[in-house]
Amino acid sequence: MTRVLLTLFLTVFISACSRESRPPDFAYLLGAEPETIDPTLCSGQPEGRVARTLFEGLTVNDPVDLHPTPGIARSWDITPDGLVYTFHLRTATWSDGHPVTARDFVFAWQRLLEPKNAARYANMLYPVANAEAYNKGTISDATLLGFKAEDDSTFVVTLKSPCAYFLDLCAFYTLLPVPEQTIERYGDAWTKPNHIVTNGPFLLGEWILNRHIRFLKNPRYWDAEHVYLNVADAYTSDNINANFNLYMTGVLDWLDSGGVPLFIVPELKNRPDFHVAPYFNTYFYRFNVTRPPFNDVRVRKAFFLAMEPSAITEYVLRAGQQPAHSLIPPGIPGYTETQLPKRNLEEARRLLADAGYPGGQGFPKAEVLFNTSEAHKQIAEVLQSQWKEGLGVKVDLVNQEWKVYLNSVQSLDYWMARGGWIGDYLDPNTFLDMWTSQNGNNRTGFADPEYDALIERASRTLDPSERMHLLNEAESWILNKDMIILPIYYYVVMNLYDTQDFEGLTPNLQNQIVLKAVKPLRGHRGKPRDIHAPVTAAS
Amino acid sequence: MGAFLLRRLLATIPLLLAILALSFLFMRSAPGGPFDSERSVPPQVEQSLRAKYHLDEPLHTQFLRYMGGVLHGDLGPSFKYQSRTVNEIIAQAFPVSLTLGALGLAISLVIGIPAGVFGAVYRNRPADYGIMSLSLLGISIPNFVIGPLLIIVFCFTLGWLPAGGWGAVNQMILPAITLGALRAAYIARLMRAGMLEVIHQDFIRTARAKGLPERTVIGKHGLRVGILPVVTYLAPATASILVGSIVVERIFDIPGLGTFFVNSALNRDYTMAMGTVLLYSTILITLNLLVDVLYAALDPRVELR
Repeated sequence: MTRVLLTLFLTVFISACSRESRPPDFAYLLGAEPETIDPTLCSGQPEGRVARTLFEGLTVNDPVDLHPTPGIARSWDITPDGLVYTFHLRTATWSDGHPVTARDFVFAWQRLLEPKNAARYANMLYPVANAEAYNKGTISDATLLGFKAEDDSTFVVTLKSPCAYFLDLCAFYTLLPVPEQTIERYGDAWTKPNHIVTNGPFLLGEWILNRHIRFLKNPRYWDAEHVYLNVADAYTSDNINANFNLYMTGVLDWLDSGGVPLFIVPELKNRPDFHVAPYFNTYFYRFNVTRPPFNDVRVRKAFFLAMEPSAITEYVLRAGQQPAHSLIPPGIPGYTETQLPKRNLEEARRLLADAGYPGGQGFPKAEVLFNTSEAHKQIAEVLQSQWKEGLGVKVDLVNQEWKVYLNSVQSLDYWMARGGWIGDYLDPNTFLDMWTSQNGNNRTGFADPEYDALIERASRTLDPSERMHLLNEAESWILNKDMIILPIYYYVVMNLYDTQDFEGLTPNLQNQIVLKAVKPLRGHRGKPRDIHAPVTAAS
Repeated sequence: MGAFLLRRLLATIPLLLAILALSFLFMRSAPGGPFDSERSVPPQVEQSLRAKYHLDEPLHTQFLRYMGGVLHGDLGPSFKYQSRTVNEIIAQAFPVSLTLGALGLAISLVIGIPAGVFGAVYRNRPADYGIMSLSLLGISIPNFVIGPLLIIVFCFTLGWLPAGGWGAVNQMILPAITLGALRAAYIARLMRAGMLEVIHQDFIRTARAKGLPERTVIGKHGLRVGILPVVTYLAPATASILVGSIVVERIFDIPGLGTFFVNSALNRDYTMAMGTVLLYSTILITLNLLVDVLYAALDPRVELR
């Protein structure tokens, strides 16, 4: 018996001792395990981070302020009517040695729009002529699509109407080029480390499920001399506490809020390696405007005027989040977001009385719905008590598991529901076109042809300041006029990294991590960090 | 013995079928679907997605299609991890859970059996009380407390071992201890009880009367019968260690199958959930069968019919 046990133990132990691989120059938290790394099919932050590390599009977001800079396109011309973009591609190669040509973009964009590929973010190409119709199956002739390869190094795009942020979109991950030959050869398996061919600053070294993705410097990348990391590991885990432990023990060099436990934030705030920055992301509640009592705009406004979100940011979140006075987070160049009025209990009570519920009397059943999470619960509790005290109304709190919650919100089976939105590109439109009547992300029941027309008009406006003005009008429409959502607070980026160890990690509004910009400074990574640093720093 | 095995193996088939059919039904009756997300997709795209994964077919056709795949050893594509099949995910994640489970079980046996025997031999003496108090502690403290405690001591205070991850040997020590502690305590108690019962039996007295050294009496004759309760416990213990490693996998961020077992249901990753259910039920059934066989091999009084 003992012998059997001993053999078993030894076998397992020896088989467990895998080869020790080379330590990385930089290790960071990617986020949850990517669902796919096929750029065309990506639809989330971790997936996008991988795609942008492996591939390079026509333009590339600046690591600091995110404005579009030349990528594979070394320059471009835009016609005065803003409809035709001619991109001039630089000499660049795929990792298998083939040149990157305009045809690669034609292939990738058509693949994105192909209905049978079911790419979730195909709508990023909808500004292009006939793209929407092709994606929705109304036309099937790909030659009608508004992009073509004039020659190997000239890619011409025709838009259906001017799009002020089109160059931003060209940096978006679903618009990245993909290698036609590799995809045709391997089909769905083309993203495996031994098949994949890329054109970005890094190659895919290995991809171990729920552990890490290893990136290796791509020697064939056109700007390889400005890539400072040879080996980088992206850890894939959604386990906040474990990720935090990995950072504190020196395994990880960078992590975002996916590794910052909420309860520890007040202590972290005093650390020099804790970086809080604005995020292009707002936390809000949707109203179901089709269901009483929130089908009455006076009730919706009363709920807004009776709440004080600073109680949430100061006592629940505590990392420096700001109460929201708009839907669109501040920080878009050239745009001034809506300024909603401050808390006004008197006005709130008056509105509620006008709606037929003086002092909250006779107020019907109403619930706040959120997906199961400690933070969402605490936030809902604060608001619940503010509405109880301020308006005398009782709302119930209901939490649902993620998929059930999505289902309820989608089918308008709720009164008020927690929501959040990260802007896809640095333009107010990313927060505003979702409220048009046909948009699947609306989910409030709000449908106003005049609002749709306003968004449509803004998209066709060439003059930048006039366009921003129209978008501001749209934001004010859904907030000041119709109050279809309750903005609560703006998220913040919470990143942990030591500025003495690495350069190029300055947080940006979308919390993109641009691996190409990361430069090791001291080269002695991997040491445990001082847990007590915050305490001494604070005292 | 042969007939017994054959009968039991045959009984396994309808059992597994029933398990799969029920899980399939439960999975599909849960609200929401694999493609729901915070960002909506155009209805046409959603339709293509559903068609791609055959979700647009009637339920019974889907079930038959799935069962057909299972018979060929194909558990289907994962709905969530689009570039991987369920087979690939299990092939990557299950060996990790298996290694962790085996280490945990080995630790619990290596600690539990000697501790139990020792307790029985020195019953009602300070050493016995010490062991039994320790084991009570082991049973009472859940692993989500032991794990973080070990991390604080060995990773942060002493700095000897890594706080998480998987691959190197030093990353396996703390998770294995965390996983094994409860079972070690349990096994010590079972072993002690089993030995106590045996020690008073006639054949032990005979062995002693023959003049055999105490080591042989306990180690050879006593242990063989005294270990039976532990053997019985081994099957559920192995099963619970394999299935229950999810908590330990979570604490130490280990890329095992436990995470998928839970998350696949939450994500409505239908094929992944079915795959893990199938795997775990097969393991459970096999282990139970194994215990029955082992029982017969160890205890001459048991005969399999």
